[in-house]
Amino acid sequence: MTGERKTKKVKTIKINVDKCNGCRACEVICSAFHAAPKYSSNNPARSRIRVIRDPLADIYVPIYAGDHAVAECAGRDKYTIDGKEYDECSFCRASCPSRSEFKEPDSGLPLKCDMCEGEEEPLCVKWCMVDALTYEEREEEVEEGADREELEIGLEALAAKYGVKTLQNTLARLSKKA
Amino acid sequence: MRYAETGYNLEIDLTLGNIERVETDPRDTELYLGGLGTNAKIMWERVPPETEPFSPDNLLIVSAGLLCGTPATGCNRTIVTTISPQTRLLAFSMMGGFFAPELKYAGYDKVILRGKSSSLVYIYIHNDQVEIRDAAHLKGKGAVETAGLIKKELKEPNAQVAAIGLAGENRVFFASIEQGRSSASRGGIGAVMGDKGVKAIVVRGTKDINVARPAEFMELCNEVMKYIQFRNENPIPNVMPILAGLGSPQEMMVHDEKWHTENFMWGNSRVRRKDFWNDEIAANWMKTLESARTRLISCYNCPMKCGATISLPGLPAYMMKCFSKLTYTMGAFSDLEFGLRIAQRATEYGVDGFSTPQVMAFALELYQEGILTDQDMPGLPEGNEERFYWLLDKIVRREGIGNILANGTYWAAQEIGKGADKFAHNNIKKHEQLPLKLSMLNPIYFLMYCTGEKINITQIEGQFPQAPFLTREEREEFVKDWFQVPDDHFKQIFLDWEPRGEKSMPFYPTVQMCCDIVDWQERMHYIDDALGMCAGLSSFPLKPPYHIHNYPKFISAGAGIDMDEEKLAQAARRYRTLVRAINIGRGMRRKDDRPPENHWKKRFPELEKELLDTYYKFKGWNADGIPTLVSLHELGLDYVGEEFLKRGIYSDSPDEASADAMANKVQKSMKGDVS
Repeated sequence: MTGERKTKKVKTIKINVDKCNGCRACEVICSAFHAAPKYSSNNPARSRIRVIRDPLADIYVPIYAGDHAVAECAGRDKYTIDGKEYDECSFCRASCPSRSEFKEPDSGLPLKCDMCEGEEEPLCVKWCMVDALTYEEREEEVEEGADREELEIGLEALAAKYGVKTLQNTLARLSKKA
Repeated sequence: MRYAETGYNLEIDLTLGNIERVETDPRDTELYLGGLGTNAKIMWERVPPETEPFSPDNLLIVSAGLLCGTPATGCNRTIVTTISPQTRLLAFSMMGGFFAPELKYAGYDKVILRGKSSSLVYIYIHNDQVEIRDAAHLKGKGAVETAGLIKKELKEPNAQVAAIGLAGENRVFFASIEQGRSSASRGGIGAVMGDKGVKAIVVRGTKDINVARPAEFMELCNEVMKYIQFRNENPIPNVMPILAGLGSPQEMMVHDEKWHTENFMWGNSRVRRKDFWNDEIAANWMKTLESARTRLISCYNCPMKCGATISLPGLPAYMMKCFSKLTYTMGAFSDLEFGLRIAQRATEYGVDGFSTPQVMAFALELYQEGILTDQDMPGLPEGNEERFYWLLDKIVRREGIGNILANGTYWAAQEIGKGADKFAHNNIKKHEQLPLKLSMLNPIYFLMYCTGEKINITQIEGQFPQAPFLTREEREEFVKDWFQVPDDHFKQIFLDWEPRGEKSMPFYPTVQMCCDIVDWQERMHYIDDALGMCAGLSSFPLKPPYHIHNYPKFISAGAGIDMDEEKLAQAARRYRTLVRAINIGRGMRRKDDRPPENHWKKRFPELEKELLDTYYKFKGWNADGIPTLVSLHELGLDYVGEEFLKRGIYSDSPDEASADAMANKVQKSMKGDVS
């Protein structure tokens, strides 16, 4: 089975840690933009971008909130780059039980970067006047079919395990919910 | 709801170990804004003139500015206010960095410390949870080191730490409070913190700061950012490079130090080295800075990179800013490598980078003159650089001669005697000044040196060019987009200002013009200090993004206070006068309002008298520099006037006739007979 070729838009924020001045303007504007009503309050603890900073070790890593992970990783990574030792999780985008980043401070609910939907470019990029953050959009060709094939394999496995009938009922229930 | 501010102060009594969260009066915000303004109000109310700097009754107020924590670019300053052990007047040193916004996010506008702890402690503020914690294990530790240790033990890498080093613990009169890339250095406020037994204040906050009219506020922020970008791309021509751009002077960035090294004084502000700078030195110093500087860095929410991480072989990294790059170098007649190295130790000890090198150079001058001898300084090594390290270690420990020097040049000279006072020549109000000695009196600067109660020229100068431009064309070009002026008559003054001839210094700008210029420049600094704005984006550089025309809008949209230019100017006048009133209560008078005797070679006593007379009148002060009852009344400061009358403040200095009527009125109102 060959898939249909389609293009999709990929939004990228390029992060140049060498240019970061550690000012956290990105955190400021992110939390303001996502306040309700918009810009009505400011609180970097609600920001979906964080600058992982250790100024004396010259470590500045702007990180965007990615998907929520229900559980911690089984192991942790520590990186040393150019003689600088980065704490574990420095480069990880997940909100997860092992760290305080990317969670609403009041509710603990996970935060995720939405690239400032509706704006010309993510506002953290706009507010980064030292150009540590730059925005790039590009078109990428994807084979839609490939995804369907994967899905089919997965469903087949589930059908084998639970039976087609149960699978059908579950799908029907899920689609009602949606 | 309170906007921009949290509406709460944290009151900590260190003697009792009592911690209270106290709601503040929103009317005070309207009248005194915040930061320095409300600090001054608290100091007036609660620290009477009899209070000794090292009394438990002296307060140490660590305050965020009114707009800190909002998205206003560069608004990140912490204003620390107390009574200085050195000047014995109000000290209000400020620091940038990341502390003030964090304090706001924790839910407080100010931390007010009173009393004294019996043992060394640190204060940990985490939103509603506030603790006084034991700091015995941090005794003697460096200020930077302390911050690292505390963050580690609290497992709170995002906390902000303001700490003192050994100098603060030992109450050195020029001890600083260090905080990340910044410090509150002037006036010896670190000594008061040490006297209170507080090693550090640690803050972590995750709450919201609200703004009153979000859309309007963001538009103002965006305009400011656009203008910063414009100014970064368009430096001002015809002024020296460090005055052409925004931010603090970009000392961490620039390599060409010809101007500073040849125009500022070396040693104890004595020696000018006119042909110092050459290609070889330029190449060496460039190599030093390039290899030591890891990165140019910023304060919270600011694109200007005024600071740097400095990392030298064999020494822990530290952060530096501005002119401390050269003060040790020039104090010791050494090179940049030495300056950066000793500054690392000085930063850990927590001392002011302006006063400290001058105090040490002063000691060595006295030694050369035989006023201090080997008996006073047993073990003094050979060589200027070694001596500087030796003296620094003695001073921060208050050992031997260090115990005398730790009080600064003025008090040390008094104690040493034998004519040592002639060597403490670079002070205003007992406080060491920039090492600058000039030829022709500049009338604008004369007034600023005399009356700047931050007692530091960089904290009052800024908006008006320091010198006339050479040609009319250059001046016309400059005023074209000079919209920051309060009104157009400032442009005319500048257009007519010639380098020589009839309209040149010291008689032009005229006395009245000088008053207007100084008043404008000072006002902008005072507004910054209440709002928490960095002077580097406002009162210090020429043509800044924040000015008298957009500030009222920022306050209106941000804090929800109905503000216009006149009301803002009046508020600034109000707390500026209150600062003066506090100092007047502590004995400051006209006699104290003067520059170092030798600051200018060519002096004009008659003109200087006229300048001061006219400026005092302009400010609403009497001939002795005391705010008159009339002017106090106009500012809604009758309570100050009442206190002055009660204390007989006016009795020594003849007040103008109109004040008598006011006195009667005030006295009536004191009896409850309010008219």
